[in-house]
Amino acid sequence: MTRKRRRLIAVLVGMGCLSVAATLVLSAFRENLVFSYSPSDIKAQGVPQGRLVHVGGLVEQGSVQHESDGNTVDFRITDGSSTVGVVYRGALPDIFREGQGVVVEGKLDGTGVVRADSVLTKHDENYMPREVVDALKRSGHWQEGGAPPPTLGETKP
Amino acid sequence: MIAELGHFGLILALLLALLQSSVPLIGAARRNLAWMTLGRSSAVAQFLLVTAAFAALMHAYVTSDFSVQNVFENSHSDKPLLYKITGVWGNHEGSMVLWVFILSLFGAAVAWFGDNLPPALSARVLAVQGMIGVGFLGFILLTSDPFHRLVPAPLDGRGLNPVLQDPGLAFHPPFLYLGYVGFSVAFSFAVAALIEGRVDPAWARWVRPWTLAAWCALTIGIAMGSWWAYYTLGWGGWWFWDPVENASFMPWLVGTALLHSAIVVEKRDALKSWTILLAILTFSLSLVGTFLVRSGVLTSVHAFAVDPRRGLYILLLLLVAVGGSLTLYAWRAPALKGGGLFAPISREGALVLNNLLLTVAAAAIFWGTLYPLFSDQLGGPKLTVGAPFFDIVFRWLMAPLLVAVAVGPLLAWKRGDLLGALQRLWVALAAAVFVGLIALYIAGGGPVLAVLTLALAGWMVLGSLSEWGERIRLFRASLAESSRRARHLPRAQYGMTLAHLGLAVTLAGIAASAWQQERIEIMKPGDDVPIAGYMLRLDAVDKVQGPNFTAERAQVSVRKGGSVVAEMHPEKRFFPLQQMSTGVTAIKTNLLADLYLALGDSDGKGGWTVRAWWKPLVPWIWIGAVMMAMGGVISLSDRRLRLGVAARARVPRGARPAE
Repeated sequence: MTRKRRRLIAVLVGMGCLSVAATLVLSAFRENLVFSYSPSDIKAQGVPQGRLVHVGGLVEQGSVQHESDGNTVDFRITDGSSTVGVVYRGALPDIFREGQGVVVEGKLDGTGVVRADSVLTKHDENYMPREVVDALKRSGHWQEGGAPPPTLGETKP
Repeated sequence: MIAELGHFGLILALLLALLQSSVPLIGAARRNLAWMTLGRSSAVAQFLLVTAAFAALMHAYVTSDFSVQNVFENSHSDKPLLYKITGVWGNHEGSMVLWVFILSLFGAAVAWFGDNLPPALSARVLAVQGMIGVGFLGFILLTSDPFHRLVPAPLDGRGLNPVLQDPGLAFHPPFLYLGYVGFSVAFSFAVAALIEGRVDPAWARWVRPWTLAAWCALTIGIAMGSWWAYYTLGWGGWWFWDPVENASFMPWLVGTALLHSAIVVEKRDALKSWTILLAILTFSLSLVGTFLVRSGVLTSVHAFAVDPRRGLYILLLLLVAVGGSLTLYAWRAPALKGGGLFAPISREGALVLNNLLLTVAAAAIFWGTLYPLFSDQLGGPKLTVGAPFFDIVFRWLMAPLLVAVAVGPLLAWKRGDLLGALQRLWVALAAAVFVGLIALYIAGGGPVLAVLTLALAGWMVLGSLSEWGERIRLFRASLAESSRRARHLPRAQYGMTLAHLGLAVTLAGIAASAWQQERIEIMKPGDDVPIAGYMLRLDAVDKVQGPNFTAERAQVSVRKGGSVVAEMHPEKRFFPLQQMSTGVTAIKTNLLADLYLALGDSDGKGGWTVRAWWKPLVPWIWIGAVMMAMGGVISLSDRRLRLGVAARARVPRGARPAE
């Protein structure tokens, strides 16, 4: 085998590996994109059932109910205009409370309720997830400066 | 007054950095020795000034001087002293001062230990360090002044976020920054080499200890962060592919690649321009990491927009540093003459494979982490990239790398004998199968991937050990001969073996999580819950008063076979000042498995949610990381590196941060 030919083979093998890797990465990427919706989006356009989504908003005042198994929580997320129900089984973050901005990750079931796999809050009192800010802004309930809208109640427990 | 002195110190340091970034460079171009050596004295002076500023800020925290806005916002007179001190870097402004402090420390270390560097190289390296200093000191002084005064001074501060009041997290940032900033030295050496247009094995020997020191610190920093997440967040996870974690992981991956490719430059005079590129990329990713986390751009666009000046400065700085160095690279790198040729199957070939896989993995993580940001900025849909993406991509990219870890060191330089190497690894292969079978037997079946991963860990352990056995001719020569060889093996050799073993240990810890057990129950005092052969009984939940919090503290007795083997006390703390509550988990470990308890909410009827996990081998994840860092430290103490860098043999001590 000549030197040139060997180099050609090396390049081809390299390209082959690279394209396999790229295909793998891109297909894994497409399958794992999680789109974000606000409660208003879900009402307006609907969300494909059975696809993993993020729903962001504030936990509605007075909506949190612990079920008797001690492990399942029902609550509603609001962006001031619309609300969407959430059922979550598992451990809630420490700072989860009513009026708090949260993002839930889960799938919509047939009745329009989000079956959440995880509830995300951040460990920072000033922090509000980006999805929540956007949801509030679009529904016109956002106040500059980060304070939650008064219509949604106090944030302190 | 002291705060003003600190501020003044930063201004002087900026002026010195300006001097340091220009004069030695001109001196090196004109071969003016006096101008070149200015870099060294200025680096030392800059270090003293920044240290003074850092001390001034710390003084303000320790004495609770609330007339300083930064102290007011992040401290409180009730806070324990430890957290007053660590609170200095628990916020944006203070962490930037810590960053610059470490930068100036490394700059001074290069000046101190760089006696034997050619004066022109030393001058150029220090000039580049000076430029980085200008960028960061300018950032602090223009947009993030930590010494800003409040008039009138408030009576008390707002306190530090309770979640940050934790020893694990308190020391996580300094280690992380030692890693990030340590890579700046490799970066400066790379840029200096590009300016000079020359890279040789000596250059690689000079740059490797700094890279190694930074890498060790970053390894420890990442491990600490993940350990903290594990024991505080209360749901037993230790890695979430969170953007903040990814930001520190990307420089680690590329830094690991750099560490390995520098060996090829040193031993074989090949892969030069690639190594330069890696050095630039590693530090660029460190910069991106620092800013992504600190600016809040990843978690919230809103936070970024609070101070547009800050955001703009960051973008400009990234553009100049990353863009500038890459442009220089594109311009000068073709001039670097490649050295030794090698066949695909060889030690160099294996190291190239290592480099490819590590950088592709880093690129995939980069893509997944930043894509949501680009999509958002370009008006696309709001989205996140799910953790499964990272899991899948990372798993399949790392699998071949981990297989190769055992083979690579057995290959000869230049042209290796793969078949011969594999023949010598039959013991390792047998061990891998054995480990897999044992795992299957103990666990009574189990996820195939987890069993395979455990087997892979076994392969790596035995592979690394048999490589060591080869070197000392174990069982082939007499025992005395073998032990003589073992004693004379270079320390770098032991460092490598230990680091590779650490990787295997971490891998085993990760794989074993497939067999964890989980119970989430509502328990009333007196209730029992069985888990993994233990019986947990909730004895009581008491109210406890802490220094700046109140807590509900559960007493859980752990029984095995009827007798109590441990008492565990998970807590839930409430910090009245911040109106926040945090959990404190209870972990009982025997180094083979953790029993992990977290106290949840009261149901109002006398019951409490208790979450319990049994996690086999989970401590190995961090034990392995410590072994990797230790391996790095042992390599650092190798005579070859010591002599290579400083005639007075001081580098390992200069690189002490790695410990």
